[in-house]
Amino acid sequence: MFLKRKISKKIKEGAVEWLLLFSALSSIFITLGIVFILFYEALSFFKDVSLWEFLTGRQWTPLFAQPKFGILPLVTGTLLVTGIAVLVSLPIGLIVAVYLSEYAPFKVKEVAKPFLELLAAVPTVVYGYFALLFLTPILQKWIPHLSGFNALSPGIVMGIMIIPYVSSVSEDSMKAVPMHIREGSYAMGATKFQTAFKVIIPAAFSGIAAAFIIGISRAIGETMVVAIAAGMMPNLTLNPIEPVQTLTAYIVGVSLGDVPHGTTEYKTIFAAGMTLFLMTLFLNILGFWFRKRIREVY
Amino acid sequence: MESQGLHFYYGAFQALKDINLVIKARQITALIGPSGCGKSTFLRTLNRLNDLIPHTRVQGTVRLEGEDIYQPGMDVVSLRQRVGMVFQRPNPFPKSIFENVAFGPRVLGVHSKVEIEEKVEQSLKAAALWPEVSDLLHKDALGLALGQQQRLCIARVLAVEPEVILMDEPCSALDPLATLKIEELMQELKKNYTIVIVTHNMQQAARASDWTGFFLLGELLEYGVTGDIFTRPKDSRTENYITGRYG
Ligand SMILES: Nc1ncnc2c1ncn2[C@@H]1O[C@H](COP(=O)(O)OP(=O)(O)O)[C@@H](O)[C@H]1O
Ligand SMILES: [Mg+2]
Repeated sequence: MFLKRKISKKIKEGAVEWLLLFSALSSIFITLGIVFILFYEALSFFKDVSLWEFLTGRQWTPLFAQPKFGILPLVTGTLLVTGIAVLVSLPIGLIVAVYLSEYAPFKVKEVAKPFLELLAAVPTVVYGYFALLFLTPILQKWIPHLSGFNALSPGIVMGIMIIPYVSSVSEDSMKAVPMHIREGSYAMGATKFQTAFKVIIPAAFSGIAAAFIIGISRAIGETMVVAIAAGMMPNLTLNPIEPVQTLTAYIVGVSLGDVPHGTTEYKTIFAAGMTLFLMTLFLNILGFWFRKRIREVY
Repeated sequence: MESQGLHFYYGAFQALKDINLVIKARQITALIGPSGCGKSTFLRTLNRLNDLIPHTRVQGTVRLEGEDIYQPGMDVVSLRQRVGMVFQRPNPFPKSIFENVAFGPRVLGVHSKVEIEEKVEQSLKAAALWPEVSDLLHKDALGLALGQQQRLCIARVLAVEPEVILMDEPCSALDPLATLKIEELMQELKKNYTIVIVTHNMQQAARASDWTGFFLLGELLEYGVTGDIFTRPKDSRTENYITGRYG
């Protein structure tokens, strides 16, 4: 009787363990599967188009009668919008983090943090239309040559959208700087400002760098805002007032259209997807490296 | 430096009761007493470091050269430059040895590279650390042994040329040899600085200090010349403590 119960308990425990293992493995397999399909389709794209043309061509017009498959315009479009978003989100995110971690009284923090999180909770479509219908017209008053679709406005809006991603991770890493380090600085007669910028930020550097990378990856991968407000026009330029298309926006554009499966045009989305994947993978590895360093500091 | 009728509260909890203590210039004053009796709290009222802790309250006065440091409009930043502090756990910044010592002068607004280098060398020498680190100035301070880190923290304080140096159990994390080095250093520093040291170590207090104050439960029970406190304590509780019968 006793033995029986023991055995059935053992079986149950074993089953649970297997179930957990299976769930854990399945997420890995799904990821691997996605990457495999991406590369498989991208590979078959490169049977139609040479890698050389893909990497060095200056035009991206896969749907034209005379298609051109140079990825550069999409890459520059992505980098341009990302760059603008980063210029907005990194400094503001860092300042917000310094304020919340070192300056803000508890009461302010209590109110400010949920608001920041709300920024991240607004659907990206809303941001897209905000850029297109609100920010662009305002910017046009200042910049007369700004076209209705442009890189600038979605870049700025995306930057605002990313602030909480940057600020929350930066703040966490600044708060993780031990109190005795902070006291050491104050006891030397350093001001709050000097303590924050000369001691806390350098001490939290790896965490802040990781936060920046999260922000940048988020900007590179963002789709909706640019699809709506940047113009869907592959354009090899770094001029922010012109319309551009990003890798992500191209992918949704084609996915939503009626390009027949199996054609080269169809496979372009996998080639573009793979490019995007490699860019974010690189950033993730960099971020991983920084995060690993955080744990080694103290 | 002196405190008069000093009371200190953490929220509703009174950690210091009516502390009256005159700290003699260019002497070493040791504060002893069992854990939790308010020694650190008292030390931190002297450079207003307790200001950083929310919901605390101070009553009474603390004077530095006759000036009440809690008076409205007091410049806390310059106060802390005049009253430096060394902590229980060595707390160098996660920067190079050089940058740790250069921090103070930089904060004071010194920009000249030569001046800063001179100051760093001079302070490290004064902290008896120079021979050990002169070749590794640009190495990470956290790579030093704990005793060296603590002397680095002393050098860091010396670099801002304070008048008073507060030390909160500076040797409690150190081995006997490193402790001895710090004690020797204190005797050297005494020539130019006023030192207040909190210590758990009775021998250290007896050996290294000129004046001793005994704290118990937030009160200063006894204060006097170290020799007197250790040979003829007036209060039986002081005697019990220094002879190791409690605490
Ligand atoms: N930040 C704080 N908040 C509340 N109470 C504190 C705080 N720091 C110390 N105390 C209390 O004040 C008393 C004195 O502490 P402390 O000055 O650190 O003692 P000592 O240094 O003599 O060991 C203790 O009872 C301690 O619990
Ligand atoms: Mg203490």
